Amino acid sequence: MNGNSSKMSCAEFQDQMAELIGSGEDLTAHPHVKDCADCRALLAELNAIADAARELFPSVEPPDEVWEHIESAIKRGN
Amino acid sequence: MSDVPTPTPSLPRSRANGSGGEATGKPTTTQAPSAADAEMLARAQAGDHQAFAQLYALHKRRIYSLCLRMVGNVAEAEDLTQEAFLQLHRKIATFRGDSAFSTWLHRLAINVVLMQLRKKGLSLISLDEAMEPNPDEGPSRSFGAPDLTLTGTIDRLVLEHAIADLPAGYRLIFILHDVEGFEHNEIASMLDCSIGNSKSQLHKARLKLREALRAQNRQEARP
Repeated sequence: MNGNSSKMSCAEFQDQMAELIGSGEDLTAHPHVKDCADCRALLAELNAIADAARELFPSVEPPDEVWEHIESAIKRGN
Repeated sequence: MSDVPTPTPSLPRSRANGSGGEATGKPTTTQAPSAADAEMLARAQAGDHQAFAQLYALHKRRIYSLCLRMVGNVAEAEDLTQEAFLQLHRKIATFRGDSAFSTWLHRLAINVVLMQLRKKGLSLISLDEAMEPNPDEGPSRSFGAPDLTLTGTIDRLVLEHAIADLPAGYRLIFILHDVEGFEHNEIASMLDCSIGNSKSQLHKARLKLREALRAQNRQEARP
């Protein structure tokens, strides 16, 4: 375990990470993150994964045929 | 029925009720509906086909993208989008405005996607199960030495496969939050779960992706 210089252990911090990240708090300023290289790296990696995922999936339009099929189905009373 | 117009694809996104969210940068989340949106929705609920077509034009990109991201197959995503909007057409009169229309529509589309995954025999049966993946599949906490080289060297293909391999419940929340840009309160409303559950599932999804990427890095580092 790293982070002996902080009051919170890695386990305690990581147990709270989901809530802390979800709350939108800037975790880079968290006392444990400042003192713990492991958790700082973990946080950086999780952020990098989220950023990479956003770039991975472009938002795309469906082809016009989709609406045509919907319109046909509506005409048929589906 | 000739009175159903072709939807206008170029309606400004800012007018959409929660249909923001683009391919680049941080996606936007649900926005307050304008008076014009509310009127359009009311007309669609009253059976106005032109208004329904406008609703389709406003929301098609996000619904189709969500379907595509969940199933990873263009033809399947098209079918799911079609089914989602046909269900919308059948059910739109039941929308009471308890949540944002976009949230309601996403919930409807998510259920269509989950039904499809069930038909394919994939690893979930219901939304409840999607929200409660097998505990054995959950990632552990990270006490090992950090892989400081992972940041900035994420292989897109490996990440894509890792996301596709996530249990569907994790994948759904990861896509809704990190890709689509929905907030936890919106996801909780869509999935009928607590905000804490949404946060927890997202965190577990990210940890599982990290594990997959690190495993790939270790494999590549072997002589």
